[in-house]
Amino acid sequence: MTTQFKDSIETALHNSNLAGALGRFSEAYRISRAKAYEGIDFEALRNRIAEIKSSASSNFEALAEQFKQSAEARGAKVFRTADPEQVKRYILDLALEKGVKRVVKSKSMASEEIHLSLEKAGIEVDETDLGEWIIQLAHQTPSHMVMPAIHLTKEEVAEVFSQEVEPGQAPDIPKLVKFARGKLRPKFLQADMGITGANIAVAETGSLVIVTNEGNARLVSTLPKIHVAIVGIEKLVAMLKDIQPILTALPRSATCQLLTSYVSIISGAAPNIDGTPKELHIILMDNHRSDMAKDPLFKQALQCIRCATCLNVCPVFRLVGGHVFGKTYTGGIGTILTAWFDGLQKAEDIQGLCIQCGGCVAVCPGKIDIPGLILELRRRLVVEKGQSMAMKAIFGVVNNRRLFHFMLRMASVTQKPFTSGRFIRHLPLFLSDITDSRSLPAVATFPLRDTIKKIDQSKGKEKVAFYAGCLIDFCYPEMGESLVKILNKAGIEVIFPEAQTCCGAPARYNGAYEVAAGNARDNIKALLETDVSYVVSACPTCTVALKHDFIETFKSLGVTDAMAEAGKLAAKAIDFATLIRKLVDEGRLTLKEGEDLGKITYHDSCHLKRTLKASKAPRDLLQQAGHEIAEMVECDTCCGMAGSYSIKLPEISAPILARKLKHIKETGASKVVMDCPGCVMQLRGGLDKDGAPIRAEHTVESLANRFK
Amino acid sequence: MATTFEEFKSRAEAVSAEVHRFSAKDEARAFILEFLKESGVSDAPHCGAVWAAGSFLEGASKDDLKAKVPGLRFEVTQQASADSKVGISQLDWAISATGTLVQDATAVDKRLVSTLPSIHVALLGTERILADMGSVLEQLRPEQLNYISFITGPSRTADIERVLTIGVHGPERLIIVAVDEFQEVTA
Repeated sequence: MTTQFKDSIETALHNSNLAGALGRFSEAYRISRAKAYEGIDFEALRNRIAEIKSSASSNFEALAEQFKQSAEARGAKVFRTADPEQVKRYILDLALEKGVKRVVKSKSMASEEIHLSLEKAGIEVDETDLGEWIIQLAHQTPSHMVMPAIHLTKEEVAEVFSQEVEPGQAPDIPKLVKFARGKLRPKFLQADMGITGANIAVAETGSLVIVTNEGNARLVSTLPKIHVAIVGIEKLVAMLKDIQPILTALPRSATCQLLTSYVSIISGAAPNIDGTPKELHIILMDNHRSDMAKDPLFKQALQCIRCATCLNVCPVFRLVGGHVFGKTYTGGIGTILTAWFDGLQKAEDIQGLCIQCGGCVAVCPGKIDIPGLILELRRRLVVEKGQSMAMKAIFGVVNNRRLFHFMLRMASVTQKPFTSGRFIRHLPLFLSDITDSRSLPAVATFPLRDTIKKIDQSKGKEKVAFYAGCLIDFCYPEMGESLVKILNKAGIEVIFPEAQTCCGAPARYNGAYEVAAGNARDNIKALLETDVSYVVSACPTCTVALKHDFIETFKSLGVTDAMAEAGKLAAKAIDFATLIRKLVDEGRLTLKEGEDLGKITYHDSCHLKRTLKASKAPRDLLQQAGHEIAEMVECDTCCGMAGSYSIKLPEISAPILARKLKHIKETGASKVVMDCPGCVMQLRGGLDKDGAPIRAEHTVESLANRFK
Repeated sequence: MATTFEEFKSRAEAVSAEVHRFSAKDEARAFILEFLKESGVSDAPHCGAVWAAGSFLEGASKDDLKAKVPGLRFEVTQQASADSKVGISQLDWAISATGTLVQDATAVDKRLVSTLPSIHVALLGTERILADMGSVLEQLRPEQLNYISFITGPSRTADIERVLTIGVHGPERLIIVAVDEFQEVTA
């Protein structure tokens, strides 16, 4: 990461207005969004949208041509170009030819994407969307795709208005809005040209669909005699009826409204005030969109309807805001669009901001796997630029199991000067950031691979292989011991394949797919050696690796020879809670009855909830055991651990952790339970630093002594 | 019909529109004239009202109406609309599920009276209220209409500190006047 980028993060994190505004908004957003979608089958709706947009991007050429013909038959002029420079030239030439002096614009992200600027030619241009106007006057760039000025307070807006327009404006929101209306009204009335974007373009009818709340697009497209619409070709849909699902989702997701105040469907040249037909120019802009359409992975990013939900639910975005992402497209989808529209290198720093929690996947109305695509960007960057020396050194070790495990064993000795009890509370020098807001677990004196041998297990007729993962093996062996104890109660013998090694997630999440593939091969071999009924893991990230990522990594690299075996392992892999729940349902395990174990709260780990879809099983088990669960606010929001993320970007991880701790404390529970040793490490360490008398533990620990 | 209207009314009111229903056209007309007077419409500067052409006006004497409310105009221009307090136009459909009005706004005067004045009075035949957007899209013929407007409540913004503020560039009040016997009285 560049120093400049790190600085921009630092600046954003220290902007308390930004953090306050975005923090409050993100909490309110979840509730309002849910309300707006009441009575709507969101899955069916987004499947429809994905289908419409995906079929459109398979047919860009035909649809663009059909759109051109339909719109031109209705009196519009349609200009198609792949090149942003041509767009700028077209508009400038048109403005000069028609003697345009004043332009009013309604919000157009496409115009921002190409940095349209007519001011240099002596033309006065005014943004008319209130947020965009504020940003224009403040000489800034939008910080959010839907709410461009969300980072500014009313005091700051009043100051901008006072300095740039008319002195003496008070920080009173209704007055500021009235002031803007009054000042922009004459500009609408005097403008010679209006520039808009479009939310949808319908090929069948040559129609533009424009959505606003303020009513500015209606004025921009009605009053000036010339209307120029800049439309990215990803806005194309085939049929008029295709607009319905998009208009159902867009306002609900973007602003939690059932419908925006205004939707205009403009089809060809409507009459001007003097009776002449409108001079309507529609620019269909490509700028690498058809390249995206040809990429089998990134084609789905064209299903985006620009609702900004992925910004609103992102635990990182709400801390840093949009400015760190660049000038136009922000947040998760913005990272992907920037990589394509401005070049992969432009996304090098910002792709690192994605914490891979998957929170945006479930709520994206375009059904885009945003974190998956960001991971693919990461992989392509590594292929193009290579891994950093430090990363290379680390992965060199991870790929050599014996060396890796030797170093972990050594760590239990070398960490001694820093440990107190089972925690490392302070690390020296540049490592100190990592222990600033949470303590780290000390590496256990004896790893699970040693202690498990000492457990006296009767030889059952059913065997289950335990995949421990590095954290349980080397830091939390007691979790593994509890797991063995529980499964033994069901008459199951737990075996520990010695040759198991790192699941490869750290390598994969850093774009080092070759290393991840090496880890995958080693583990497949080790875990399929003995005939077992399940391969169980108590780490969701590891389970996801066994069940999904090995296969995905092989796919990305074009590895075919290990695919069948990977599939076999995937079918056997299961997470701890789901397996135990199954055994309870089958009557093979019985919880003790009549226990009152008091109030706890449950933290949903990202991979368990969103990839493995197991949020009910652990809750059911904990409740059946006798716990009362007091749900915390945002129980399924990331804790900030995310593997090496908390080491690479501790300044972002720490405030995410702080918010999580606040929500845990608010429940009044004495214990927070979860199913991921990584989350335990983060939360136990955070609670240790915080001093709160709350215990963080894994479900396997909570249940260890609860079975008959 | 009754339930469709009730749903439409509650959805429209939820987004700050004001909804009135009359069984006959002359009652609706009397309400509008009274409303214009109450709103301070007069021939003083910036106090006018503009009324865009539509079937509701068929058979009515415009001179008579103008005499009753000085400042009311039927010749819609950009200047007259910009100077008016109230704009009146007729809408073609409505959607009960979202409280939305839908209009063939190809005629520019319909857009001027519903964008520039601070109050928009929207006339609607009660039987034109359909259940959802799909039903309206089936009726729409964009291949024949150059400009179709969907209007859901007054103009709004939340661009400063996310505080909802009504009335930015468009009207700050939307008064919906639904008339049951729209066609009959026109005939």
